[in-house]
Amino acid sequence: MNIPVNLKYTKDHEWIKIEGNVGTIGISDYAQSELGDIVYVDINPELTEILLNESFGTIEAVKTVSDLYAPVTGKVLELNKRLNDEPQLINTDPYGEGWIIKVELTDLSQLNYLLDSETYQAQLGG
Amino acid sequence: MKKTKFYSVHEKLGAKIVDFVGFKMPVQYTSIIAEHKAVRTSVGVFDVSHMGEIIIRGDKALDLVQYLTVNDVSLLVDGRVQYSAMCYPNGGIVDDLLVYRMSQKEFMLVVNASNKDKDYARMKENNTFGVDIIDESDQYSLLAVQGPNSKDVIEKICDRPLDLEYYHFFFAKVAGIDMIVSRTGYTGELGYELYFKGNETDAEKVWNSLFEAGKFFDIQPVGLGARDSLRLEMGFCLYGNDIDQTTNTIEAGLGWITKLKKPNFIGKDALIKVKEEGPKRKLVPMISDGKAFPRHGYELSLDGKVVGYITSGTVSPILDKAIALGYVQSEFAKEGTRINFLIRGKEIPAIITKLPFVIN
Repeated sequence: MNIPVNLKYTKDHEWIKIEGNVGTIGISDYAQSELGDIVYVDINPELTEILLNESFGTIEAVKTVSDLYAPVTGKVLELNKRLNDEPQLINTDPYGEGWIIKVELTDLSQLNYLLDSETYQAQLGG
Repeated sequence: MKKTKFYSVHEKLGAKIVDFVGFKMPVQYTSIIAEHKAVRTSVGVFDVSHMGEIIIRGDKALDLVQYLTVNDVSLLVDGRVQYSAMCYPNGGIVDDLLVYRMSQKEFMLVVNASNKDKDYARMKENNTFGVDIIDESDQYSLLAVQGPNSKDVIEKICDRPLDLEYYHFFFAKVAGIDMIVSRTGYTGELGYELYFKGNETDAEKVWNSLFEAGKFFDIQPVGLGARDSLRLEMGFCLYGNDIDQTTNTIEAGLGWITKLKKPNFIGKDALIKVKEEGPKRKLVPMISDGKAFPRHGYELSLDGKVVGYITSGTVSPILDKAIALGYVQSEFAKEGTRINFLIRGKEIPAIITKLPFVIN
């Protein structure tokens, strides 16, 4: 299972990459593998803000539907529009082309509560 | 939790295993969509050994099966298969099943794993005909080999030509093992089902021979996930989703297997009444350009009113559109009617269409 060390994780299997005060968010390799073929990412295109631990959309796989939970609070900068036509990018490249949303963080201290790769790995192991 | 005789094969292949009606079953090996497409374009193999096989044997075997099931078993000859259902006296469905006529005095009923014990008990209860009812489910392995190249694959390892018509079967050796070869399946493709007894070594021998014979066709193992999407593209009912004890065969679109003119059978009076009065609701196929996924239990709406609910849904890997089956009040069930899937509070436009969704 691929768990890059430069990312932070949630127990709900989202990842976030921090660059300055901008966070790029997706779901982990483990999550995409558990979900199987992803067919649709349902996020309101008018979404302006995500709130820590609250659902900001859903991700549809063939067998199941799963909520996307915000790892931080932030203003929405960009949604990955390629996912409209190629949701399977989340399966093939969950940490790269399969990113889901970019936000501007409003409270950097929230990062302290996220898991580092080692802790996330340990959680999967347990 | 039971395991089929192919369990270690699935493990070796890295299948994702789930608990399914008391069995450890493979839901997918690589990807549901890829496995689905392999069956539509070439050939795939499913382990469906969880299915139940119940033998009815005796002088009055035909009479018992006639009494238990809604289709007309007297139309069968040796080597023929019939799709049928068992109903309760009120017309509700006990199970849908296949009836194999082995001989005049012996039938094999192939039933859903989830219903097997219930079915067996009902057969016993209604056995006023003095015939033997034997549950052989644990002895039988069952592989479904499905797809346009399935015939070429099996023929390579079968000791007789596969000149079977749809819903016919014969006895043959495949990979040197005695089995029932049946031209049936749950995918809508050309396909065969192989019933055989034996231990794990025998089972693995059959599996490996099929994959060796199918190498040229890039034969793939297929899990229960793709089995569900394949059957739904054809509009085949799934017990527990589209049909159950609260639905009758007429409203489920199974009038074609419900032979109301045949002599007494369980549920006959209730089903005649439904037929005469017309069903209050109907199971209809629906298709949508929306990308959200219709799922079992979601509601259907029309002009802001709930008029039914979805029983099965998926995004068709072949059409790349959302497809669903669901019950709709009969007045709104006409083909061409515009209807909405209610998905997480949003109305997703759909239209009532006709089956199959995917035409081969």
